[in-house]
Amino acid sequence: MTISAERPIEVVTPSATPPAYGRSWTQRPGWMSQHLGTAIVAAILGYAIGHWFGNYLASGYSFVANSGQNSIADALALTFGVVGWLLGIGALNYPLAKLIGRDGAKEETVDNWTKYFRYSLDHKVVGLQYVVGVLLFMFTGGLLAMAIRTELLNPTTHVFSADTYIKIVSEHGTVMMMMATSIIVGPLGNYLVPLMIGARRMAFPRIEALSFWIFVAGYMVIFSALPYGGFPTGWTGYAPLQTQAGPGMISYLLGFAVIGIGMMAAGFNIAVSIINYRAPGMTWSRLPIFVWSILATAALLTLATPVLFAGGLFGVLDKTVQTAFYVTEHGGSSYLWQNLFWFFGHPEVYIMALPGFGIVGEILPVFTRKPLFAYKVAAAGMIGVALLSFFVWQHHLFQSGINPDMRPLFMLTTELISIPTGFIFLVGMGTLYKAKIRFEVPMLFAMALFFNFLIGGVTGVFLSDVPVNVTVHGGFFVLSHFHYTIMGGLLFAFMAGLYYWLPKMTGRMMNSRIGKWHFWTMFIFFNLTFFPMFIIGLLGQPRRVYTYAPRLQGLNDFSSISAFLLGVSFLIFFANLMWSMWISPVKAPANPWDSLGLEWQTANPVPSYNFERIPVIMTDPYRYSEADAPAFADMGDGAGRSSSTTAGSSQA
Amino acid sequence: MATENAQNEPNHLRRMTTAWVIISVIADVLFWVFVGPHVPPGHMTETAINNQRTFNVLLVIALPVLIGVWIYLGYAIVVWGSKRNSVDSIGGESARTNRKAQTSWIVVTSVVVLILAGYGSYAVIAEHGSGGGEGPNPVWTPSGAAQAQTAALAGTQNWSPGSKNVLPVQVIGQQWKFTYRYPTFGGFETTQLILPVNTEIAFNVTSLDVIHSFWAYQLSVKADANPQVNDVAYTETKQMGNFVVRCSELCGIWHGSMYNYGKVVSQSDFMNWATTTEAANAANTKLLPPFAWTYVPDANGASGGYYPDGKQTPYSTVELYGSKTPAS
Repeated sequence: MTISAERPIEVVTPSATPPAYGRSWTQRPGWMSQHLGTAIVAAILGYAIGHWFGNYLASGYSFVANSGQNSIADALALTFGVVGWLLGIGALNYPLAKLIGRDGAKEETVDNWTKYFRYSLDHKVVGLQYVVGVLLFMFTGGLLAMAIRTELLNPTTHVFSADTYIKIVSEHGTVMMMMATSIIVGPLGNYLVPLMIGARRMAFPRIEALSFWIFVAGYMVIFSALPYGGFPTGWTGYAPLQTQAGPGMISYLLGFAVIGIGMMAAGFNIAVSIINYRAPGMTWSRLPIFVWSILATAALLTLATPVLFAGGLFGVLDKTVQTAFYVTEHGGSSYLWQNLFWFFGHPEVYIMALPGFGIVGEILPVFTRKPLFAYKVAAAGMIGVALLSFFVWQHHLFQSGINPDMRPLFMLTTELISIPTGFIFLVGMGTLYKAKIRFEVPMLFAMALFFNFLIGGVTGVFLSDVPVNVTVHGGFFVLSHFHYTIMGGLLFAFMAGLYYWLPKMTGRMMNSRIGKWHFWTMFIFFNLTFFPMFIIGLLGQPRRVYTYAPRLQGLNDFSSISAFLLGVSFLIFFANLMWSMWISPVKAPANPWDSLGLEWQTANPVPSYNFERIPVIMTDPYRYSEADAPAFADMGDGAGRSSSTTAGSSQA
Repeated sequence: MATENAQNEPNHLRRMTTAWVIISVIADVLFWVFVGPHVPPGHMTETAINNQRTFNVLLVIALPVLIGVWIYLGYAIVVWGSKRNSVDSIGGESARTNRKAQTSWIVVTSVVVLILAGYGSYAVIAEHGSGGGEGPNPVWTPSGAAQAQTAALAGTQNWSPGSKNVLPVQVIGQQWKFTYRYPTFGGFETTQLILPVNTEIAFNVTSLDVIHSFWAYQLSVKADANPQVNDVAYTETKQMGNFVVRCSELCGIWHGSMYNYGKVVSQSDFMNWATTTEAANAANTKLLPPFAWTYVPDANGASGGYYPDGKQTPYSTVELYGSKTPAS
């Protein structure tokens, strides 16, 4: 395919100073402008007002008589808190101004460190905000995991009460699931997609910024469950227990709804950007595989999350104004929640798998110096997974008493989805064939994904088989399976992505020696933590129990101790991050991994307009093995800014 | 995988395939002979035997897959990995695609997956749901299942030693214990789960409050207990002995403590136990709600049972809320 001069090339001269918009009160200097601090203050105010308003609306309407807990006040307090947060950060300035017919007030564009604490429309700032956000939440969820493994050290001696334990488990699951949804799409997706498709910005920068700030708000709502006394349902929140649970449940339901808005916003913005903002010449068959994976993920985020959003709101209504969506005695159905939840929940699983595939697909060619094997199969596989993932949700309900003749169907669809999922192995193994492998830290993490995800995927086939499911459903086998796919797949891919792209994002190299320590401890102790759990599950230990059969103590202790060492591995990562980013930074070369990717071709640090000129994509990506391969893109360097140069015309 | 082959190079694929076949055969045989017979859930019931076999078949198929990928990765690391991190910007061979490799990959994975789905479907249909809960209207039932359900509702005794009939047992999940009713023995309710050997059992699982899951581990029976749903699961007991019953669906604080032990005994022992318990419990059984597939809790939630003072519930809903109380 040739890129010819037929397509006009947009030449935009970036001005040194951003265009002057009407100055609004949001652009006041210093502490008077809007930032994280005003957001916190406004959130607290909103919380207080909402709580008062709820009590005013429905005073004496308590969850438990005379307990002072009013579900309506709790729900409204959290909702108003979130609205206050968004007002405080400035997310609503523009839409509200438009709403009353004024010209929208443009957001502040500061260029110092405080931009990371503001409502920034720069996708690179949002990406870095997400990096810090997801890491914070990952560490909090990880601490809860340490607490779980501490309790499971002994079957009879209890560190936590049964009550506290179940709430720790529930909070860990919910936090980690919501963190994992955003862990790659948020930081790397937002930062890299425009750079990889040759765009100057996202399609909807305000929606993008909103997706981050509402993600943070959603997290705070989910964490607010703890001071409210927690919730006992696990991350799945099954319904009669949900209806029965205390006020912490409202934080869970509202938290899902709030984070759901962020997920929909992120997915919508990224999908539109990828479809419409590709540089000239960036045809679908030249799209980097990471962008394909993010596109598939964005489609899932946009289509699956509304179900969670609605499901969460139904739950809030059940708990506040006494509707009966999930109350069987009053005409609702406990199956409704299970179906809504998993109709979202299973695409969610692939929201957490696909970006990982994208990252390894992006990293393998660089470190093997080979083209990505079976690129089209990989892209088709991701789309196939995204489509099929909407047809498998009832495999979570095999023993729940659903219509039994549905079971062979859902067994079939679930096993079918392993075909497109397995393409990532075809891609990986084909790319490794006769390669020249460099074992840099990102490559180590990428290869570990193949080891871990293989175990996770194969055990998934076991779980999809109804007769085997009878033995392993609801036990530690399931738990181990999804930790192998999410942690062993997604989190390893995220680490690969961080080590690989942080030099681009921050201009500083991660220390490779500490990085290797981090990799090997994480890889070894991850497997030592979770592999025994397959056996623990087969031997009959159900999930979410604070006490278990004494004969399983040996395996549980082994797993716990490995888990603590896995925690140490994360401390090593944290130390590396601190060391390499702040304490002793080493300036990164412009293209440290010798990659052909478009994101490495722009200046470093990336200018706020990303590309001085919109690049023209000349050829397909990953032509690593050809000495005389043409450049991936014509960056327009030296082509001048003034004329409509049709650079790169008619190269093969 | 890719088949092209430079001249002076060893045949990588042949090496890997040879190693793969040898190691896979050894691993499969070792597993099948030494580990397979001990894989849970054991041999206590027909469904346990079958579900164990399905697990073993799946593992025998899975081991070569795992071993194949691991050998490939290991081989790649050893043979194609650079010894030093020398940056050689122009890399190895340039195969972007290989139609043969792609087609055979897709065909092989599809065939394996379809065989697995077919085998799984056959197993779940032939084994009457493989011990999993089939909901209120099971479609794959052992012979005599309908007759047993009719007998349960009518309260007539349909099972006696040697009768080969299906024995209906009701499992009632409640926070945080399971109780069991034997509808064909007068409908008495007990916390003991005693079953006769060599008998097809129909478990009718329901709940009084939240969702529980009745998991009789060694029997390989698992059925969610939903309020106001009768979830039916079948198994045929084959060996006498004890088994564990655990709740495997999170049901609140004491979920971890929601377990008890059941027992499979000889048919005559069971008959003795059932008739004795029926007689001993007769006075209490009269106070229970009449046997039904599901029980609707009253407006106070909870199980709404009888209390010694004769009131329906610990406190009267009418006193609390007036006569507008929703009908239970």
